Amino acid sequence: MLKTLRTIAAVGIVSEPPPEADLALRVREALPAKVREVLGRALAIRHVDAGSCNGCELEIHALNNPFYNIEGLGIRFVASPRHADLLLVTGPVSRHMALALRRTFDAMPDPKFVVALGDCGCTGGIFGENYASCGRVANVIPVDVVVPGCPPSPVQILQGILTAISTTPARGVAHGP
Amino acid sequence: MPLRKWLERAQALPGSPSAARVVVDVTDWLAAAGDVAAAGGQLLALWGANVPAAGDARVRAALVHESGLLVLELALPATDGLYPGLQSIYPAASRMQRAACDLSGITSDDPDQRPWLRHAAWPASEHPLCASVMGVEAAALTPDDYRFQSVEGEGVHELPVGPVHAGIIEPGHFRFSIVGEKVLRLEARLGYVHKGIERRFQELRLYEGHRLAARVSGDAAIAYSWAYCQALEGLERVQVPPRALWLRALCLELERIQNHLGDLGALGNDAGFAFGLAQFSRLKEELLRAVQLALGQRYLLDAVVPGGMAVDPGVAGIASLADCLHHIAGESLNLRNIYDEHAGVQDRFVGAGAVAPELARRLGLTGLCGRASGQEGDLRVDAPWPPYDALAPVKCVQRGGDVAARVSVRFDELQVSLQLALRVLEQMPAGAVRFAMPVPAAPAGELGIGLVEGWRGPVMLALEPDGNGGIARCHPHDPSWQNWPVLEHAILGNIVPDFPLINKSFNLSYSGQDL
Repeated sequence: MLKTLRTIAAVGIVSEPPPEADLALRVREALPAKVREVLGRALAIRHVDAGSCNGCELEIHALNNPFYNIEGLGIRFVASPRHADLLLVTGPVSRHMALALRRTFDAMPDPKFVVALGDCGCTGGIFGENYASCGRVANVIPVDVVVPGCPPSPVQILQGILTAISTTPARGVAHGP
Repeated sequence: MPLRKWLERAQALPGSPSAARVVVDVTDWLAAAGDVAAAGGQLLALWGANVPAAGDARVRAALVHESGLLVLELALPATDGLYPGLQSIYPAASRMQRAACDLSGITSDDPDQRPWLRHAAWPASEHPLCASVMGVEAAALTPDDYRFQSVEGEGVHELPVGPVHAGIIEPGHFRFSIVGEKVLRLEARLGYVHKGIERRFQELRLYEGHRLAARVSGDAAIAYSWAYCQALEGLERVQVPPRALWLRALCLELERIQNHLGDLGALGNDAGFAFGLAQFSRLKEELLRAVQLALGQRYLLDAVVPGGMAVDPGVAGIASLADCLHHIAGESLNLRNIYDEHAGVQDRFVGAGAVAPELARRLGLTGLCGRASGQEGDLRVDAPWPPYDALAPVKCVQRGGDVAARVSVRFDELQVSLQLALRVLEQMPAGAVRFAMPVPAAPAGELGIGLVEGWRGPVMLALEPDGNGGIARCHPHDPSWQNWPVLEHAILGNIVPDFPLINKSFNLSYSGQDL
């Protein structure tokens, strides 16, 4: 126990400040600023790997490390879509996962956001569309924010999530109801 | 016939220095597979070869023996006959044969004829690797019907889990048959992230395929892209500069270190010790930052390229990476002490998900999990390819076969890989890191093999050129094929709440086996 405490004390606090939102990542303006303001205070995320190579997952895991400390920002990953405000989707959507992804999206209560992660989630990536792949996430469910990268860094992922809940509307995109 | 006779008949293949092929008839197919097993060998991969003309279907089996890889090739009769499956010699063959049936339309005599990688995305009459054109249709949003083995008896019930899991992990379905909280049977159903990788390879040029190979299983990108380039460079008779080979080894060991750090933290967390996750994920982040500083990226998905490496660390990068590795070596020793002395953690680790060495041998458990159950295979030592012939790493083996043993092997390998990576940084030869590749000249009909010990275990890649600079067929193989069925044995008699811990201790790839 003493060793454990000593290690904790020796390491200290390594958490870094979060990045600013980047409105260029927002591709859809479905929710009004007021809703985003409320959800932004404590956001619950459900992650679905819809066909990823597992590269993006490595960097999503990193969000929970002490440097990015995503829970310290009031954002946490939850086990059920029914508890979630934001759906974080990786991969090209494989045809075998399309139904599960659609059902996960449908199970989430409104209002809700979708962030598509990685080159594959944004465009289908190197896998593209074929007999087994539906390509980008937006081909299967509506997407609010896209975060390119292979894999995107934790800072970029965090920026995408913060962009989804930031209260400033994206330029050139119509305001939601 | 002893194994030696088969090896004498076999012809060396381009790529891996230890791979050879022998073309066999139906009788020899079973005889050779049996002789390799009798000599202590195991099945590594089984797949359908490229089909240049109708009625020319071939099945291949790659068998690992004590000093390398023997590829058996069997031409199938023109009629729609069955070929003899290897499932009674190597139980791991079963799912590979079912997958070969789904994708290539070749059928074994295995009594289990259920589809494996095919769900509802395409009909049983279509075979994606044979069809010249297979359409892109609207997303199939209908579930299909899959027959799980059912367990009957008083109080037995089924617990379906997935494909979407509770954590940040890949998708797959687990069907538990349980009494109370005790597991009587587990049957996995995978194939959810099948995205047509082998078909996609056939649309790429030979000199583009390494990028797709790196994304077969992104957590083993170096192992796959190295295996691809090894096969390709063999086919094109290209020598890679020595510095590039040493840099590849550095990256492969960094990949092993990153994954082991991640797993050791997650295993602590799954045993209720959040401190472990915080500390190991901190060390992993420090390493990723040092790697970015030295090599330009946190994850090196595009570092290994045909002809060498796309990255070359400068003097300052090497120094800061070496500092980081020294620092991790010291800290992880301290953390190992803390894990070892923590009664609560050890209580969860010891005895959970045990696979005895004899069971591991019969089922063909391989790689890291195999070494935790007394199976001593490690290609870096048994069939070293350059520069591992010069590096000569030591094997880390345990016999306990439980979560504690798989944790121990990770701690041991972490230290070995840290020392290996430091040695590479110190002794790496100077010079070019990349030679220009010639215009592709490998003729159709050749077969190149790449064989690399990734962090999970042996990664194999079989590459067939089309003679015009394109890919006729490419089959990547992940060690998870062997180990997923063994996980179903490891959980027997354990309780459902221990499954996440046991599953994490295997940490198998979904994407790598779903393809």
